[in-house]
Amino acid sequence: MARSTFQRMLGIAGTLAVLAILGFVILPAAVVTLAAFNDKAILAFPPETWSWRWFAKALAYDDFRSGCRNSLIVASWASSIALLVGTAFALALDRYAFPLKHTIEAVLLSSLVVPHFTIGLGFLILAAQIGWARGFTVVVACHVVLVLPFVLRSVYVSLRNLDQRLELAAASLGASPARVLGTITLPLLLPGLVGGWLLAAILSFNEFTASLFVTAQRTQTLPVAMYNYVREYADPSMAALSVMYIVATATLLTVANAYLGLGKVLNVEPRR
Amino acid sequence: MSSLAAERRSEGCSRAPAPAGFDDAAVRLLGASKRFGEITALEDARLSIRRGELMTLLGPSGCGKTTLLNLVAGFHVADSGEIEIDGKLVNDIPTYKREIGMMFQSYALFPHMSIADNVGYGLRMRGIAKPDLKRRVAEALSLVRLTGVEERRPHQLSGGQQQRVALARALVISPKVLLLDEPFSALDRNLRASMQIEIKEIQRQIGVTTIFVTHDQGEALSLSDRIAVMFEGRIRQVGTPDEIYRRPADRFVASFVGDVNVLRGRLDRVDGQTIVTLGAARISVPREPLARVQSGDRVDIFVRPEQLRFANAGEPIAVEGTVAAHIYQGGYVNLYLEAPEVCTSRILVRSLEPDAINRWPTGARVGVSIAGSDAMAFEAEPAPQSV
Repeated sequence: MARSTFQRMLGIAGTLAVLAILGFVILPAAVVTLAAFNDKAILAFPPETWSWRWFAKALAYDDFRSGCRNSLIVASWASSIALLVGTAFALALDRYAFPLKHTIEAVLLSSLVVPHFTIGLGFLILAAQIGWARGFTVVVACHVVLVLPFVLRSVYVSLRNLDQRLELAAASLGASPARVLGTITLPLLLPGLVGGWLLAAILSFNEFTASLFVTAQRTQTLPVAMYNYVREYADPSMAALSVMYIVATATLLTVANAYLGLGKVLNVEPRR
Repeated sequence: MSSLAAERRSEGCSRAPAPAGFDDAAVRLLGASKRFGEITALEDARLSIRRGELMTLLGPSGCGKTTLLNLVAGFHVADSGEIEIDGKLVNDIPTYKREIGMMFQSYALFPHMSIADNVGYGLRMRGIAKPDLKRRVAEALSLVRLTGVEERRPHQLSGGQQQRVALARALVISPKVLLLDEPFSALDRNLRASMQIEIKEIQRQIGVTTIFVTHDQGEALSLSDRIAVMFEGRIRQVGTPDEIYRRPADRFVASFVGDVNVLRGRLDRVDGQTIVTLGAARISVPREPLARVQSGDRVDIFVRPEQLRFANAGEPIAVEGTVAAHIYQGGYVNLYLEAPEVCTSRILVRSLEPDAINRWPTGARVGVSIAGSDAMAFEAEPAPQSV
């Protein structure tokens, strides 16, 4: 049956709309990427002459180097602590009934609704009070609060998908609760744990708003260092740094997906 | 712990279940009850399972059979009553110390472990040394006739193979009792029949006390040494398959196990004998279910399809009806009769005659007589139910 002209037009319009939306989504990243290769010392699009020199400059800039190191320190501590705390709470919330369960869950997830600058400001006031305002502790603590909801959700979903009969089977075969946890529950949760940790690490690495309040010159993270840089300069080294950011994160996620997401390594049974 | 291989060698002398000595019970439930909130899942369950016996818990979903199994496994704790395994009270003993072997409906194989690691799991938890462990895993896998898959993962095996792994995993630890939770429901029909035979053989061979949960009465009749029929949280009758089928204790058991016709008749007590009348037929029935019924009162007579047959000349006709439908089944033909005055639904008659469809065509008026002595009668229900 021949499609009417109207239907054909609708089809073309739909395709165009989808392409436009996709284009719009990747537009900022594309513009910044192109701007990073501009030879001139201005952030402009599209560039007229091409160069790698802003990448070299970004890599050599002291504040960026120390910022990157600080960010890595903060991200690894914050995501690891959040993973421990989040897993414990996810287990408790999934397995046990206790008073104030929903209140506790709401408090743990509250940083999703409280603005980041509020959390940052709060930590700054507290830290100043006890004289910790210049250290890493407050930055890490702040980031733990910010990324905890994501870890919690990620582990919680994995727990929901875990067939509890596997744990019962292990118990019937003589495994004590601790050994069930070690040999069945945790290994099967591993993709969720790694996924949660990775998500937390990336969020922490990218976090800017709250970090602006709680970092000092010595502890400033990469996003804060970048912000300080653009306040004074407007050359493409910012864009070059952004490109490196994108490439690093994308690589990390691709590797993680290849090894964990597809369930090959963990032999998670495919759904039938 | 006795090795499976040693027990296999004694294959010839299949172990019959021990006689009903109460002391020889492998598993006993003494008035076990379990409630979930408002719902009573199991009430006052009393059951003694003999050593080496295959006891089936049969009933529709929600009857409490799985709850009973979970109490024995230790997945639930009884609210009241006692549970004994091997003469020892286990109410407060956690699952992992109960020495049970359980096969789950979904098999619950560990997806992140190889087949060998799955089967050896229970042995590792018991600290069995590696060479011994390897030998026993191999023995268990050969017992269930599954070799050469040790290094594979569960999802690489077929449903039947997964079931064999689950069985091997449960048996390798020489459990005091083997618990089977609807083990065949995930298999297709052909595979189901052959797995049933095989599991029954293995169970006989190694003589492990087994509790088997199912809602399939055919499965229960063919596999069990004894059956406990359950309904609404209570055990309604415990007996051999033959006792359950031929002497059901109540209406529920009679209609849940096997096909049955419920026909309206009258009680007619004669010199201590309990007789029910149906048409011109007089049928002797057990008296216990009719203890409260007066002579001349209405009763419901439960007759199996194979006890009905088309009356020859001169035989007393119990029911006269009209042939409404035939279902050809190869070896036999199911004929459905309509006789509204004695049965609210259609009466099922099973005929072995290959020519039945032509001899008794649809619409024909036929007389049916009752053969054999296995009819049961129960107090009539206010509104006669169809079964």
